[in-house]
Amino acid sequence: MTQFLELTLSGLALGAIYALIAMGFVLVFKATGIVNFAYGSLLLLGAYVAAKLQGDLSFWLAMLCGAGAAALGALLIELVLMRHMRGTDAGILAILTLGVDVLMATELTRRIGSDILESGAPWGSEVVRLGDVAIPETRVAAGVVALLIIGAFSAAFKYTDWGVAMRAAAADGKTAALMGIRFNRVAASAWALAGSLAAVAGVFFTSFPAPGVDNTTGLAALAAIPAAVIGGLDSIAGALVGGIIIGLVATYCAGYQDDLSFLGRGLGEIAPYTVMLLVLLIKPSGLFGTQSVTRV
Amino acid sequence: MSETLRRRAPLLGWIALVVVLLLLPLYLEEFWLQSGLFAMAFAIAAIGLTILVGTTGQLSLGHAFFVAIGAYGYCYLAGGEDVPGLKATSGLELPPVLAMAGAIALAALAGALFSPIAGRLRGIYLGLASLGLVFLGQHIMFNAADITGGFNGRDATPFSIAGFTFADGDPDLTVLGVEFGGLEKLWYLGLAMLVFAAWVARNIVGTRPGRALETIRDSAVAAATMGVDVRAYRAGAFMVSSAYAGAGGALIALVFGRIVPESFGFVLSVEFLVMVVIGGLGSIYGAVAGAVLVSMLPRVLDNYSDSLPLVSEPGTGGVGPSQASRFIYGLAIILVLVYAPRGLAGLTQRWRRRRGREPPSPAPAQAPAGPVTATPSVP
Repeated sequence: MTQFLELTLSGLALGAIYALIAMGFVLVFKATGIVNFAYGSLLLLGAYVAAKLQGDLSFWLAMLCGAGAAALGALLIELVLMRHMRGTDAGILAILTLGVDVLMATELTRRIGSDILESGAPWGSEVVRLGDVAIPETRVAAGVVALLIIGAFSAAFKYTDWGVAMRAAAADGKTAALMGIRFNRVAASAWALAGSLAAVAGVFFTSFPAPGVDNTTGLAALAAIPAAVIGGLDSIAGALVGGIIIGLVATYCAGYQDDLSFLGRGLGEIAPYTVMLLVLLIKPSGLFGTQSVTRV
Repeated sequence: MSETLRRRAPLLGWIALVVVLLLLPLYLEEFWLQSGLFAMAFAIAAIGLTILVGTTGQLSLGHAFFVAIGAYGYCYLAGGEDVPGLKATSGLELPPVLAMAGAIALAALAGALFSPIAGRLRGIYLGLASLGLVFLGQHIMFNAADITGGFNGRDATPFSIAGFTFADGDPDLTVLGVEFGGLEKLWYLGLAMLVFAAWVARNIVGTRPGRALETIRDSAVAAATMGVDVRAYRAGAFMVSSAYAGAGGALIALVFGRIVPESFGFVLSVEFLVMVVIGGLGSIYGAVAGAVLVSMLPRVLDNYSDSLPLVSEPGTGGVGPSQASRFIYGLAIILVLVYAPRGLAGLTQRWRRRRGREPPSPAPAQAPAGPVTATPSVP
């Protein structure tokens, strides 16, 4: 029972991190209709910059710099490439982001090499104890930060002009443009925000109990894509739910590995994808995705 | 006279190409033979992907999974238990011809099993869903050790037809003073498979099913109105592309001689997409050209890394050959999609038109350009 509670709590915290990553993914998709496969590399970029700087700067300042770097990277993708490709088929744009991903991932993993860079989170490997239940402090912090950011986002979506512009652009880009909403600005802000979200999530993603930033971090972060897909790709709430589901499932699978050994080792890494396939079998547009049905 | 010559020129060109390809094993050294064989294997799989991505407009990031099924399927069906390694792998010891057919059938079957998802999801959504297959596949490859050999991989039984083995010796073969070993013999098998694969693909794309798929790509609603069963055709296209992947995979296993799970990861799926994008989406010859470029690049850079500027030997801290080739094709994807969205196929078409060889076709085969919308819509 203790193990179950422990796993549930750390699963929820991991889920919050996945939710953050998935949110950035959904944000870009909602605003521009682009499935951004370069997202794993953006996360790696943010986490890498933060980890490199954390010796000289404080942890939070380093994280801020990482977020800035990733936001800048994402903004560059939008300004240099995507802005000139509006109206191109979404599949082509997805492949284009894959090209960007190949470039970024190759350079970053080359720089990282076989090193493992610590994220330098101030909590180190401390754990919080609630009775018998122990969970890492970084995971608690990650959960809190993720909830704060998600809350801030929901509020901004609802109450600010920017949020209204974003929602209008997501609902119908052309009409929104006719109404005087600057689509380019909305798209650029979505990319930049997504980049910084990726970086923040990346820093927590690579903190204890994870060893640090290494050359597989970008690939591991891809597991947030199932979170976004389960949630329905165009739903922020869906990204949250999807993230939590993925976090819980991955943690349970890793925690009860010994009991599930007949399914093979390393089950936690593929559990997100299995859940995604199962959900898609039943609900092809995800749990909260908008269905567009055309009857002929 | 010149008119006849002009009309016959393409045919003569093809004949010349075939003759050159048939003669190459007499001259090439082992490195180039192996690279060429890899290119053929990748080309077969890439043809399948271009039918799916280019003709049907469905994205797949799971192609490596089906290639792996073909490769491991062949090894399992043809292989025996005589592995001297740490763990014994089992096998059915079928004749290699049957094993090859079985491997392709297995890959097609796996594609068909995915049809509840492949038939219902559109474009990029399928791309995201199929991402899961690669990771699942790797998990299975690492864990089902008695079939796949796990981490260490397993050997491929050499191919043979009616007692003629495609391996070194047995029968010893010398053609025009050149000793024909395994690679030389496999070269002709690969060539035959590639030509057959391209021919079948041409027939699929150029006839009724191909047009149905193109209509689905351009507008699923219009296709359904015309009486095309959208779901069945999407699932069918996915199955066909999986079968192609299986054939390519089986050939890869034969050329490698030994396969390990690591070679069938996410990176391979991306590489296949690069091939079909560089070649020009939907173009069969483009896919072949793209496969040749993408599969040769890292090998050639690796082989000549000491004489190339900017490329350093692996492990010295600089840009290694595999990284250099990744930089090149990452850049190639971006440049092709931005400046020449129809890839190599589009470029040659443009060149021919400028030379006046071909009248401008009324409806150029174009890359999937779905209805232009700024807003995302979910299937």
